[in-house]
Amino acid sequence: MDLKDLYRDVILDHNRQPRNFGVLTHPDAHADGHNPLCGDRLTVWLRLDGDRVADIRFEGKGCAISTASASLMTEAVKGKDRVAIQQLYERIHTLLTQPHVAASDASLGKLAALAGVSEFPARVKCATLCWHTLNAALEHSADAVSTE
Amino acid sequence: MAAPRASAARGFDAAQVRRDFPILEQHINGRPLVYLDSAASSQRPLAVLRAVEYYETHIHANVHRGVHTLSQAATDAFEGARERARRFINARSTREIVFVRGTTEGINLVAQSFGRARLGKGDEILISALEHHANIVPWQMVCEQTGCTLKVAPINRRGEVELESLLGLLNARTRLVAVAHVSNALGTIVPVERIVQAAHSCGALVLIDGAQAVAHSPIDVRELGCDFYAFSGHKLYGPTGIGVLYGREELLAEMPPWQGGGEMIRTVSFERTTYNELPWKFEAGTPNISGAVGLAAAMDYLESLGLEALAAHERHLLTQATAAIERLPGIEIIGTAAHKAAVLSFTMRGCHPHDLGTILDSQGVAIRTGHHCAMPVMTFFDIPATARASFGCYNTEADVAALVAALEKAREVFS
Ligand SMILES: Cc1ncc(COP(=O)(O)O)c(C=O)c1O
Repeated sequence: MDLKDLYRDVILDHNRQPRNFGVLTHPDAHADGHNPLCGDRLTVWLRLDGDRVADIRFEGKGCAISTASASLMTEAVKGKDRVAIQQLYERIHTLLTQPHVAASDASLGKLAALAGVSEFPARVKCATLCWHTLNAALEHSADAVSTE
Repeated sequence: MAAPRASAARGFDAAQVRRDFPILEQHINGRPLVYLDSAASSQRPLAVLRAVEYYETHIHANVHRGVHTLSQAATDAFEGARERARRFINARSTREIVFVRGTTEGINLVAQSFGRARLGKGDEILISALEHHANIVPWQMVCEQTGCTLKVAPINRRGEVELESLLGLLNARTRLVAVAHVSNALGTIVPVERIVQAAHSCGALVLIDGAQAVAHSPIDVRELGCDFYAFSGHKLYGPTGIGVLYGREELLAEMPPWQGGGEMIRTVSFERTTYNELPWKFEAGTPNISGAVGLAAAMDYLESLGLEALAAHERHLLTQATAAIERLPGIEIIGTAAHKAAVLSFTMRGCHPHDLGTILDSQGVAIRTGHHCAMPVMTFFDIPATARASFGCYNTEADVAALVAALEKAREVFS
Protein backbone atom coordinates (compact mmCIF):
# COMPACT_ATOMS: atom_id res chain seq x y z
CA MET A 1 0.00 0.00 0.00
CA ASP A 2 1.58 3.17 -1.21
CA LEU A 3 0.59 6.47 0.33
CA LYS A 4 1.73 8.38 -2.74
CA ASP A 5 -0.82 6.44 -4.72
CA LEU A 6 -3.64 7.70 -2.49
CA TYR A 7 -2.39 11.20 -1.84
CA ARG A 8 -1.38 12.10 -5.40
CA ASP A 9 -0.35 15.65 -6.12
CA VAL A 10 -3.70 16.40 -7.78
CA ILE A 11 -5.54 15.27 -4.64
CA LEU A 12 -3.33 17.26 -2.30
CA ASP A 13 -3.66 20.32 -4.52
CA HIS A 14 -7.46 20.14 -4.68
CA ASN A 15 -7.58 19.57 -0.91
CA ARG A 16 -5.48 22.64 -0.22
CA GLN A 17 -7.23 24.79 -2.80
CA PRO A 18 -10.64 23.35 -3.55
CA ARG A 19 -12.16 24.68 -6.78
CA ASN A 20 -15.71 26.03 -6.93
CA PHE A 21 -15.68 26.29 -3.15
CA GLY A 22 -18.22 28.48 -1.40
CA VAL A 23 -21.90 29.31 -1.53
CA LEU A 24 -23.65 29.63 -4.89
CA THR A 25 -26.19 32.43 -4.71
CA HIS A 26 -29.67 31.83 -6.13
CA PRO A 27 -29.18 28.12 -6.80
CA ASP A 28 -31.83 26.06 -8.56
CA ALA A 29 -31.12 23.11 -6.32
CA HIS A 30 -28.95 22.11 -3.42
CA ALA A 31 -28.42 19.16 -1.08
CA ASP A 32 -26.53 18.35 2.12
CA GLY A 33 -24.45 15.22 2.52
CA HIS A 34 -23.13 13.70 5.71
CA ASN A 35 -20.87 10.78 6.46
CA PRO A 36 -21.51 10.11 10.16
CA LEU A 37 -18.59 7.70 10.41
CA CYS A 38 -15.96 10.40 9.99
CA GLY A 39 -18.06 13.52 10.40
CA ASP A 40 -17.61 14.72 6.81
CA ARG A 41 -20.25 17.27 5.82
CA LEU A 42 -20.84 18.75 2.43
CA THR A 43 -23.32 21.01 0.67
CA VAL A 44 -23.64 21.10 -3.13
CA TRP A 45 -25.42 23.94 -4.96
CA LEU A 46 -26.47 23.83 -8.60
CA ARG A 47 -27.64 26.28 -11.22
CA LEU A 48 -29.40 24.44 -14.01
CA ASP A 49 -29.90 25.32 -17.64
CA GLY A 50 -32.58 22.91 -18.72
CA ASP A 51 -31.03 19.51 -18.22
CA ARG A 52 -27.51 20.86 -17.99
CA VAL A 53 -25.52 21.89 -14.90
CA ALA A 54 -24.65 25.48 -15.74
CA ASP A 55 -22.85 26.13 -12.47
CA ILE A 56 -21.97 24.14 -9.40
CA ARG A 57 -20.34 25.03 -6.09
CA PHE A 58 -19.76 23.18 -2.85
CA GLU A 59 -18.78 23.83 0.71
CA GLY A 60 -17.98 21.49 3.53
CA LYS A 61 -15.64 20.09 6.12
CA GLY A 62 -14.01 16.82 5.39
CA CYS A 63 -10.87 14.80 4.87
CA ALA A 64 -8.54 15.32 1.93
CA ILE A 65 -10.17 12.58 -0.13
CA SER A 66 -13.67 13.94 0.33
CA THR A 67 -12.65 17.56 -0.29
CA ALA A 68 -10.54 16.79 -3.35
CA SER A 69 -13.15 14.45 -4.78
CA ALA A 70 -15.81 17.15 -4.47
CA SER A 71 -13.54 19.75 -6.00
CA LEU A 72 -12.66 17.50 -8.96
CA MET A 73 -16.31 16.59 -9.37
CA THR A 74 -17.43 20.21 -9.68
CA GLU A 75 -14.88 20.77 -12.44
CA ALA A 76 -15.88 17.61 -14.25
CA VAL A 77 -19.67 18.00 -14.25
CA LYS A 78 -19.95 21.68 -15.08
CA GLY A 79 -21.66 21.94 -18.46
CA LYS A 80 -22.75 18.31 -18.54
CA ASP A 81 -26.34 17.10 -18.67
CA ARG A 82 -27.92 14.58 -16.32
CA VAL A 83 -27.29 11.56 -18.52
CA ALA A 84 -23.62 12.42 -18.96
CA ILE A 85 -23.25 13.00 -15.21
CA GLN A 86 -24.86 9.68 -14.40
CA GLN A 87 -22.51 7.92 -16.83
CA LEU A 88 -19.53 9.71 -15.31
CA TYR A 89 -20.58 8.70 -11.81
CA GLU A 90 -20.84 5.07 -12.86
CA ARG A 91 -17.33 5.21 -14.27
CA ILE A 92 -16.05 6.82 -11.06
CA HIS A 93 -17.71 4.13 -9.02
CA THR A 94 -15.97 1.47 -11.09
CA LEU A 95 -12.68 3.32 -10.66
CA LEU A 96 -13.09 3.30 -6.88
CA THR A 97 -14.20 -0.28 -6.52
CA GLN A 98 -12.82 -2.18 -9.53
CA PRO A 99 -9.69 -0.29 -10.51
CA HIS A 100 -8.51 -2.94 -12.98
CA VAL A 101 -11.68 -2.64 -15.01
CA ALA A 102 -11.39 1.13 -15.02
CA ALA A 103 -7.65 1.34 -15.71
CA SER A 104 -8.06 1.98 -19.40
CA ASP A 105 -10.77 4.62 -19.01
CA ALA A 106 -8.95 7.64 -20.40
CA SER A 107 -12.10 9.76 -20.45
CA LEU A 108 -11.93 10.32 -16.71
CA GLY A 109 -9.29 12.99 -17.04
CA LYS A 110 -8.19 14.45 -13.70
CA LEU A 111 -10.72 12.33 -11.85
CA ALA A 112 -8.43 9.37 -12.53
CA ALA A 113 -6.29 10.71 -9.67
CA LEU A 114 -8.81 9.06 -7.34
CA ALA A 115 -7.73 5.60 -8.53
CA GLY A 116 -5.57 5.07 -5.43
CA VAL A 117 -8.64 5.16 -3.19
CA SER A 118 -9.60 1.66 -4.32
CA GLU A 119 -6.70 0.27 -2.32
CA PHE A 120 -8.19 1.81 0.83
CA PRO A 121 -11.72 0.36 1.10
CA ALA A 122 -12.43 2.33 4.29
CA ARG A 123 -12.01 5.53 2.28
CA VAL A 124 -14.26 4.83 -0.71
CA LYS A 125 -17.17 6.49 1.07
CA CYS A 126 -15.11 9.66 1.48
CA ALA A 127 -14.74 9.89 -2.30
CA THR A 128 -18.37 9.09 -3.12
CA LEU A 129 -20.07 11.42 -0.62
CA CYS A 130 -20.00 14.36 -3.04
CA TRP A 131 -21.49 12.28 -5.85
CA HIS A 132 -24.37 11.09 -3.67
CA THR A 133 -24.94 14.68 -2.63
CA LEU A 134 -24.89 15.89 -6.23
CA ASN A 135 -27.37 13.19 -7.12
CA ALA A 136 -29.68 14.30 -4.33
CA ALA A 137 -29.44 17.91 -5.50
CA LEU A 138 -30.25 16.84 -9.05
CA GLU A 139 -33.33 15.08 -7.79
CA HIS A 140 -34.27 18.40 -6.22
CA SER A 141 -34.28 16.67 -2.93
CA ALA A 142 -33.74 19.06 -0.06
CA ASP A 143 -33.28 16.16 2.36
CA ALA A 144 -29.86 15.38 3.75
CA VAL A 145 -28.36 12.25 2.22
CA SER A 146 -26.15 9.89 4.08
CA THR A 147 -23.50 7.42 2.98
CA GLU A 148 -24.22 5.17 5.96
CA MET B 1 13.51 9.96 21.74
CA ALA B 2 15.41 7.61 24.01
CA ALA B 3 16.24 4.14 22.76
CA PRO B 4 13.44 1.71 23.54
CA ARG B 5 13.73 0.40 27.06
CA ALA B 6 11.45 -1.92 28.93
CA SER B 7 9.77 0.81 30.92
CA ALA B 8 10.61 3.58 33.29
CA ALA B 9 7.94 2.32 35.65
CA ARG B 10 9.79 0.02 37.99
CA GLY B 11 8.55 -3.52 38.23
CA PHE B 12 6.82 -3.45 34.88
CA ASP B 13 8.46 -4.99 31.84
CA ALA B 14 6.22 -4.13 28.88
CA ALA B 15 8.57 -5.79 26.37
CA GLN B 16 8.11 -9.03 28.27
CA VAL B 17 4.35 -8.50 28.57
CA ARG B 18 4.18 -8.02 24.80
CA ARG B 19 5.27 -11.60 24.27
CA ASP B 20 2.06 -12.76 25.91
CA PHE B 21 0.11 -11.27 22.97
CA PRO B 22 0.68 -13.30 19.79
CA ILE B 23 -1.38 -10.92 17.64
CA LEU B 24 1.20 -8.18 18.17
CA GLU B 25 3.91 -10.18 16.42
CA GLN B 26 2.58 -9.44 12.95
CA HIS B 27 3.47 -6.86 10.35
CA ILE B 28 0.88 -4.47 8.94
CA ASN B 29 1.64 -2.90 5.57
CA GLY B 30 5.19 -4.15 5.85
CA ARG B 31 5.81 -2.60 9.28
CA PRO B 32 5.72 -4.11 12.76
CA LEU B 33 2.25 -3.57 14.20
CA VAL B 34 2.07 -0.76 16.74
CA TYR B 35 -1.30 -1.20 18.41
CA LEU B 36 -2.52 2.03 19.96
CA ASP B 37 -6.25 1.34 19.98
CA SER B 38 -6.78 -0.51 23.24
CA ALA B 39 -9.46 1.98 24.32
CA ALA B 40 -11.61 0.63 21.48
CA SER B 41 -10.70 -2.98 22.20
CA SER B 42 -7.65 -4.45 23.84
CA GLN B 43 -5.86 -7.56 22.60
CA ARG B 44 -5.97 -10.87 24.45
CA PRO B 45 -3.03 -12.58 26.11
CA LEU B 46 -2.31 -16.27 25.56
CA ALA B 47 -3.61 -16.99 29.05
CA VAL B 48 -7.08 -15.83 27.97
CA LEU B 49 -6.96 -17.57 24.59
CA ARG B 50 -5.90 -20.83 26.26
CA ALA B 51 -8.52 -20.63 28.99
CA VAL B 52 -11.23 -20.21 26.35
CA GLU B 53 -9.77 -23.01 24.23
CA TYR B 54 -9.60 -25.35 27.21
CA TYR B 55 -13.18 -24.57 28.10
CA GLU B 56 -14.31 -25.16 24.51
CA THR B 57 -12.36 -28.39 24.06
CA HIS B 58 -12.95 -29.97 27.49
CA ILE B 59 -15.85 -28.45 29.38
CA HIS B 60 -18.57 -26.91 27.27
CA ALA B 61 -22.23 -27.73 27.91
CA ASN B 62 -25.19 -25.61 28.87
CA VAL B 63 -25.20 -24.27 32.41
CA HIS B 64 -27.62 -24.68 35.31
CA ARG B 65 -29.74 -27.28 33.60
CA GLY B 66 -28.27 -30.72 33.54
CA VAL B 67 -27.12 -33.45 35.84
CA HIS B 68 -24.47 -34.72 33.49
CA THR B 69 -20.82 -34.15 34.24
CA LEU B 70 -20.08 -31.53 31.62
CA SER B 71 -23.12 -29.47 32.51
CA GLN B 72 -21.92 -29.39 36.09
CA ALA B 73 -18.36 -28.54 35.01
CA ALA B 74 -19.60 -25.74 32.74
CA THR B 75 -21.78 -24.39 35.55
CA ASP B 76 -18.79 -24.47 37.90
CA ALA B 77 -16.65 -22.64 35.34
CA PHE B 78 -19.32 -20.00 34.75
CA GLU B 79 -20.11 -19.43 38.41
CA GLY B 80 -16.39 -19.54 39.19
CA ALA B 81 -15.95 -16.69 36.73
CA ARG B 82 -18.64 -14.76 38.59
CA GLU B 83 -16.75 -15.19 41.85
CA ARG B 84 -13.57 -14.07 40.07
CA ALA B 85 -15.34 -10.93 38.87
CA ARG B 86 -16.70 -10.29 42.37
CA ARG B 87 -13.17 -10.32 43.76
CA PHE B 88 -11.88 -8.16 40.91
CA ILE B 89 -14.11 -5.25 41.89
CA ASN B 90 -14.51 -6.24 45.57
CA ALA B 91 -18.27 -6.64 45.51
CA ARG B 92 -19.86 -8.11 48.64
CA SER B 93 -21.55 -11.01 46.95
CA THR B 94 -21.78 -12.83 43.63
CA ARG B 95 -25.48 -11.92 43.74
CA GLU B 96 -24.28 -8.44 42.80
CA ILE B 97 -22.48 -9.60 39.65
CA VAL B 98 -24.72 -9.79 36.57
CA PHE B 99 -23.12 -11.05 33.38
CA VAL B 100 -24.11 -8.96 30.37
CA ARG B 101 -22.79 -8.48 26.83
CA GLY B 102 -20.82 -5.42 27.80
CA THR B 103 -21.04 -1.92 29.21
CA THR B 104 -23.79 -0.96 26.79
CA GLU B 105 -26.04 -3.80 27.87
CA GLY B 106 -25.29 -3.16 31.55
CA ILE B 107 -26.41 0.46 31.27
CA ASN B 108 -29.49 -0.51 29.25
CA LEU B 109 -30.37 -3.06 31.92
CA VAL B 110 -30.40 -0.39 34.62
CA ALA B 111 -32.26 2.02 32.35
CA GLN B 112 -34.97 -0.45 31.41
CA SER B 113 -35.32 -2.20 34.75
CA PHE B 114 -34.71 0.48 37.36
CA GLY B 115 -35.43 3.47 35.16
CA ARG B 116 -38.59 2.32 33.50
CA ALA B 117 -40.11 0.91 36.68
CA ARG B 118 -39.14 3.62 39.12
CA LEU B 119 -38.93 6.91 37.25
CA GLY B 120 -41.67 9.23 36.11
CA LYS B 121 -42.60 12.81 35.35
CA GLY B 122 -40.71 15.28 37.50
CA ASP B 123 -37.80 12.88 38.11
CA GLU B 124 -34.36 13.76 36.77
CA ILE B 125 -31.43 11.74 35.49
CA LEU B 126 -28.11 13.56 35.55
CA ILE B 127 -25.23 12.73 33.20
CA SER B 128 -22.15 14.70 32.09
CA ALA B 129 -21.21 16.23 28.75
CA LEU B 130 -18.31 13.81 28.21
CA GLU B 131 -20.37 10.62 28.11
CA HIS B 132 -20.11 7.87 25.51
CA HIS B 133 -23.33 7.42 23.50
CA ALA B 134 -23.87 4.23 25.56
CA ASN B 135 -24.37 6.43 28.62
CA ILE B 136 -26.61 8.95 26.85
CA VAL B 137 -29.03 7.14 24.56
CA PRO B 138 -30.40 4.56 27.09
CA TRP B 139 -31.37 7.49 29.36
CA GLN B 140 -32.97 9.40 26.51
CA MET B 141 -35.04 6.29 25.83
CA VAL B 142 -36.12 6.09 29.48
CA CYS B 143 -37.05 9.77 29.41
CA GLU B 144 -39.24 9.13 26.39
CA GLN B 145 -40.83 6.11 28.05
CA THR B 146 -41.47 7.60 31.48
CA GLY B 147 -41.55 11.37 31.04
CA CYS B 148 -38.55 11.96 33.29
CA THR B 149 -35.97 14.59 32.36
CA LEU B 150 -32.31 14.27 31.33
CA LYS B 151 -29.91 16.89 32.74
CA VAL B 152 -26.35 17.31 31.51
CA ALA B 153 -23.48 18.70 33.59
CA PRO B 154 -21.08 20.72 31.39
CA ILE B 155 -17.36 20.18 30.80
CA ASN B 156 -14.64 22.83 30.56
CA ARG B 157 -12.06 23.48 27.81
CA ARG B 158 -9.69 20.98 29.40
CA GLY B 159 -12.35 18.31 29.07
CA GLU B 160 -13.02 18.06 32.79
CA VAL B 161 -16.53 17.74 34.20
CA GLU B 162 -17.43 21.06 35.84
CA LEU B 163 -17.86 19.64 39.30
CA GLU B 164 -19.48 22.75 40.78
CA SER B 165 -22.05 22.83 37.99
CA LEU B 166 -22.72 19.14 38.41
CA LEU B 167 -23.22 19.54 42.14
CA GLY B 168 -25.46 22.52 41.42
CA LEU B 169 -27.67 20.40 39.17
CA LEU B 170 -28.20 17.83 41.91
CA ASN B 171 -31.48 18.31 43.73
CA ALA B 172 -34.31 16.42 45.37
CA ARG B 173 -35.73 15.46 41.95
CA THR B 174 -32.46 13.80 40.88
CA ARG B 175 -33.01 10.07 41.04
CA LEU B 176 -29.96 8.80 39.23
CA VAL B 177 -26.54 10.15 38.29
CA ALA B 178 -24.79 8.26 35.46
CA VAL B 179 -21.18 9.20 34.71
CA ALA B 180 -18.11 7.73 33.08
CA HIS B 181 -15.21 6.85 35.35
CA VAL B 182 -12.81 7.67 32.52
CA SER B 183 -13.72 9.42 29.25
CA ASN B 184 -12.93 7.37 26.16
CA ALA B 185 -12.71 10.42 23.90
CA LEU B 186 -10.60 12.66 26.17
CA GLY B 187 -8.95 10.43 28.76
CA THR B 188 -10.32 12.52 31.63
CA ILE B 189 -10.53 10.72 34.96
CA VAL B 190 -13.81 11.83 36.54
CA PRO B 191 -13.81 12.35 40.33
CA VAL B 192 -16.56 9.78 40.84
CA GLU B 193 -15.99 9.52 44.61
CA ARG B 194 -17.04 13.15 45.07
CA ILE B 195 -20.00 12.68 42.78
CA VAL B 196 -21.16 9.55 44.65
CA GLN B 197 -20.99 11.39 47.98
CA ALA B 198 -22.92 14.38 46.75
CA ALA B 199 -25.51 12.32 44.89
CA HIS B 200 -26.16 10.10 47.88
CA SER B 201 -26.65 13.08 50.13
CA CYS B 202 -29.42 14.13 47.71
CA GLY B 203 -30.90 10.67 47.77
CA ALA B 204 -29.88 9.89 44.17
CA LEU B 205 -28.35 6.64 42.99
CA VAL B 206 -25.12 6.55 40.99
CA LEU B 207 -24.21 4.42 37.99
CA ILE B 208 -20.58 4.49 36.87
CA ASP B 209 -19.66 3.62 33.29
CA GLY B 210 -16.36 1.89 33.99
CA ALA B 211 -15.60 0.76 30.42
CA GLN B 212 -12.39 2.80 30.24
CA ALA B 213 -11.36 2.48 33.88
CA VAL B 214 -11.20 -1.20 34.78
CA ALA B 215 -8.12 -2.04 32.71
CA HIS B 216 -6.07 0.82 34.09
CA SER B 217 -6.41 0.87 37.85
CA PRO B 218 -7.79 -1.31 40.64
CA ILE B 219 -11.54 -0.86 41.14
CA ASP B 220 -13.21 -1.28 44.51
CA VAL B 221 -16.95 -0.74 44.22
CA ARG B 222 -17.38 -0.69 47.98
CA GLU B 223 -14.79 2.02 48.39
CA LEU B 224 -16.35 3.99 45.52
CA GLY B 225 -19.73 3.53 47.17
CA CYS B 226 -21.50 3.52 43.79
CA ASP B 227 -24.81 1.75 43.27
CA PHE B 228 -24.08 0.37 39.79
CA TYR B 229 -20.82 -0.16 37.91
CA ALA B 230 -20.72 -1.42 34.31
CA PHE B 231 -17.76 -2.63 32.26
CA SER B 232 -16.82 -4.70 29.18
CA GLY B 233 -14.53 -7.72 28.94
CA HIS B 234 -13.03 -6.72 25.62
CA LYS B 235 -11.45 -3.54 27.01
CA LEU B 236 -9.96 -5.60 29.81
CA TYR B 237 -7.88 -8.03 27.71
CA GLY B 238 -10.85 -10.43 27.70
CA PRO B 239 -13.27 -11.60 25.01
CA THR B 240 -15.99 -9.60 23.27
CA GLY B 241 -19.63 -10.24 24.09
CA ILE B 242 -19.14 -10.43 27.85
CA GLY B 243 -19.20 -7.79 30.53
CA VAL B 244 -20.35 -7.17 34.05
CA LEU B 245 -23.02 -5.07 35.65
CA TYR B 246 -22.39 -4.67 39.34
CA GLY B 247 -25.42 -3.56 41.33
CA ARG B 248 -25.93 -3.28 45.08
CA GLU B 249 -27.90 -6.29 46.18
CA GLU B 250 -30.71 -4.36 47.88
CA LEU B 251 -31.31 -2.46 44.64
CA LEU B 252 -31.11 -5.44 42.28
CA ALA B 253 -33.45 -7.39 44.53
CA GLU B 254 -36.12 -4.70 44.19
CA MET B 255 -35.69 -4.24 40.44
CA PRO B 256 -37.95 -6.10 37.98
CA PRO B 257 -36.37 -8.39 35.36
CA TRP B 258 -35.82 -6.71 32.00
CA GLN B 259 -35.82 -9.72 29.67
CA GLY B 260 -37.86 -12.88 30.04
CA GLY B 261 -36.95 -16.44 29.16
CA GLY B 262 -35.03 -19.41 30.48
CA GLU B 263 -32.52 -19.05 33.34
CA MET B 264 -34.31 -16.07 34.83
CA ILE B 265 -37.36 -17.96 36.10
CA ARG B 266 -38.05 -20.27 39.02
CA THR B 267 -41.44 -21.61 37.99
CA VAL B 268 -43.55 -20.94 34.96
CA SER B 269 -47.21 -21.63 34.45
CA PHE B 270 -49.65 -19.83 32.21
CA GLU B 271 -51.23 -18.28 35.27
CA ARG B 272 -48.15 -17.16 37.09
CA THR B 273 -44.39 -17.10 36.72
CA THR B 274 -41.97 -16.61 39.58
CA TYR B 275 -38.53 -15.23 39.00
CA ASN B 276 -35.19 -16.70 39.83
CA GLU B 277 -33.04 -15.19 42.53
CA LEU B 278 -30.13 -12.86 42.01
CA PRO B 279 -28.18 -12.59 39.83
CA TRP B 280 -29.91 -15.04 37.44
CA LYS B 281 -33.10 -12.98 37.48
CA PHE B 282 -31.29 -10.65 35.08
CA GLU B 283 -29.69 -13.34 32.90
CA ALA B 284 -32.42 -14.59 30.58
CA GLY B 285 -31.32 -17.21 28.07
CA THR B 286 -28.12 -19.20 27.70
CA PRO B 287 -25.26 -16.88 28.65
CA ASN B 288 -21.86 -16.35 27.04
CA ILE B 289 -20.18 -19.07 29.08
CA SER B 290 -16.82 -19.18 27.31
CA GLY B 291 -16.77 -15.39 27.39
CA ALA B 292 -17.13 -15.42 31.17
CA VAL B 293 -14.34 -18.00 31.41
CA GLY B 294 -12.11 -15.80 29.25
CA LEU B 295 -12.98 -12.73 31.28
CA ALA B 296 -12.00 -14.50 34.49
CA ALA B 297 -8.67 -15.47 32.92
CA ALA B 298 -8.14 -11.86 31.86
CA MET B 299 -8.72 -10.70 35.44
CA ASP B 300 -6.18 -13.27 36.69
CA TYR B 301 -3.75 -12.04 34.06
CA LEU B 302 -4.20 -8.36 34.89
CA GLU B 303 -3.75 -8.95 38.60
CA SER B 304 -0.62 -10.99 37.92
CA LEU B 305 0.81 -7.95 36.13
CA GLY B 306 -0.12 -5.76 39.07
CA LEU B 307 -2.67 -3.06 38.39
CA GLU B 308 -0.74 -0.40 40.32
CA ALA B 309 2.44 -1.09 38.35
CA LEU B 310 0.47 -1.14 35.12
CA ALA B 311 -1.15 2.20 35.94
CA ALA B 312 2.29 3.71 36.60
CA HIS B 313 3.59 2.30 33.30
CA GLU B 314 0.69 3.75 31.33
CA ARG B 315 1.01 7.10 33.09
CA HIS B 316 4.64 7.15 32.03
CA LEU B 317 3.76 6.40 28.39
CA LEU B 318 1.00 9.01 28.40
CA THR B 319 3.31 11.69 29.80
CA GLN B 320 6.01 10.81 27.33
CA ALA B 321 3.69 10.68 24.33
CA THR B 322 1.99 13.93 25.32
CA ALA B 323 5.33 15.75 25.57
CA ALA B 324 6.57 14.32 22.26
CA ILE B 325 3.40 15.09 20.32
CA GLU B 326 3.00 18.57 21.74
CA ARG B 327 6.34 19.48 20.23
CA LEU B 328 5.13 18.71 16.71
CA PRO B 329 3.89 21.74 14.79
CA GLY B 330 0.15 22.03 14.26
CA ILE B 331 -0.82 19.43 16.85
CA GLU B 332 -3.57 20.26 19.28
CA ILE B 333 -4.27 17.89 22.13
CA ILE B 334 -7.99 17.54 22.83
CA GLY B 335 -8.49 16.73 26.48
CA THR B 336 -5.93 18.24 28.80
CA ALA B 337 -7.45 17.35 32.15
CA ALA B 338 -5.22 17.41 35.20
CA HIS B 339 -6.02 13.73 35.74
CA LYS B 340 -5.97 11.53 32.66
CA ALA B 341 -5.68 7.85 31.86
CA ALA B 342 -4.05 6.13 28.88
CA VAL B 343 -5.89 8.12 26.18
CA LEU B 344 -4.38 10.79 23.95
CA SER B 345 -6.79 12.55 21.58
CA PHE B 346 -5.47 15.16 19.15
CA THR B 347 -5.86 16.95 15.85
CA MET B 348 -3.21 18.04 13.33
CA ARG B 349 -3.67 21.32 11.47
CA GLY B 350 -4.15 20.79 7.73
CA CYS B 351 -4.61 17.05 8.06
CA HIS B 352 -8.05 15.63 8.80
CA PRO B 353 -8.08 12.85 11.44
CA HIS B 354 -9.34 10.42 8.81
CA ASP B 355 -6.29 11.10 6.64
CA LEU B 356 -4.08 10.81 9.70
CA GLY B 357 -5.56 7.39 10.46
CA THR B 358 -4.82 6.14 6.94
CA ILE B 359 -1.27 7.48 6.94
CA LEU B 360 -0.49 6.06 10.37
CA ASP B 361 -1.94 2.70 9.30
CA SER B 362 0.39 2.69 6.30
CA GLN B 363 3.20 2.92 8.85
CA GLY B 364 1.81 -0.01 10.85
CA VAL B 365 0.43 2.28 13.59
CA ALA B 366 -3.19 1.50 14.55
CA ILE B 367 -5.05 4.41 16.10
CA ARG B 368 -8.73 5.30 16.22
CA THR B 369 -10.11 8.27 14.33
CA GLY B 370 -13.62 9.67 14.42
CA HIS B 371 -16.04 10.92 17.03
CA HIS B 372 -15.40 8.00 19.40
CA CYS B 373 -19.13 7.56 20.03
CA ALA B 374 -19.05 10.89 21.83
CA MET B 375 -20.53 13.31 19.30
CA PRO B 376 -21.49 15.88 21.96
CA VAL B 377 -17.80 16.07 22.97
CA MET B 378 -16.82 16.78 19.35
CA THR B 379 -19.54 19.43 19.12
CA PHE B 380 -18.27 21.05 22.34
CA PHE B 381 -14.75 21.34 20.93
CA ASP B 382 -16.17 22.32 17.52
CA ILE B 383 -14.32 19.58 15.64
CA PRO B 384 -15.70 16.78 13.47
CA ALA B 385 -13.36 14.17 14.84
CA THR B 386 -10.06 13.51 16.58
CA ALA B 387 -7.23 11.04 16.20
CA ARG B 388 -6.84 8.99 19.35
CA ALA B 389 -3.91 6.93 20.54
CA SER B 390 -4.58 4.78 23.59
CA PHE B 391 -2.20 2.69 25.64
CA GLY B 392 -2.30 -0.73 27.23
CA CYS B 393 -0.04 -3.11 29.12
CA TYR B 394 1.84 -4.18 25.98
CA ASN B 395 2.77 -0.70 24.76
CA THR B 396 6.35 0.45 25.03
CA GLU B 397 8.37 3.60 24.55
CA ALA B 398 9.21 2.23 21.11
CA ASP B 399 5.48 2.43 20.28
CA VAL B 400 5.44 6.08 21.30
CA ALA B 401 8.46 6.68 19.07
CA ALA B 402 6.71 4.94 16.17
CA LEU B 403 3.64 7.11 16.69
CA VAL B 404 5.70 10.28 16.60
CA ALA B 405 7.60 9.15 13.49
CA ALA B 406 4.32 8.28 11.74
CA LEU B 407 2.90 11.72 12.61
CA GLU B 408 5.98 13.31 11.11
CA LYS B 409 5.36 11.26 7.99
CA ALA B 410 1.78 12.59 7.87
CA ARG B 411 3.05 16.14 8.10
CA GLU B 412 5.46 15.43 5.25
CA VAL B 413 2.63 14.14 3.03
CA PHE B 414 0.43 17.12 3.84
CA SER B 415 3.11 19.80 3.91
C1 LIG C 1 -16.73 5.11 28.14
C2 LIG C 1 -17.39 4.01 27.38
N1 LIG C 1 -18.63 3.64 27.71
C3 LIG C 1 -19.26 2.64 27.08
C4 LIG C 1 -18.67 1.95 26.05
C5 LIG C 1 -19.42 0.85 25.36
O1 LIG C 1 -18.81 -0.37 25.57
P1 LIG C 1 -19.28 -1.66 24.78
O2 LIG C 1 -19.30 -1.29 23.33
O3 LIG C 1 -18.25 -2.69 25.10
O4 LIG C 1 -20.63 -2.03 25.31
C6 LIG C 1 -17.39 2.30 25.66
C7 LIG C 1 -16.73 1.62 24.52
O5 LIG C 1 -16.28 2.21 23.57
C8 LIG C 1 -16.73 3.35 26.34
O6 LIG C 1 -15.49 3.71 26.00
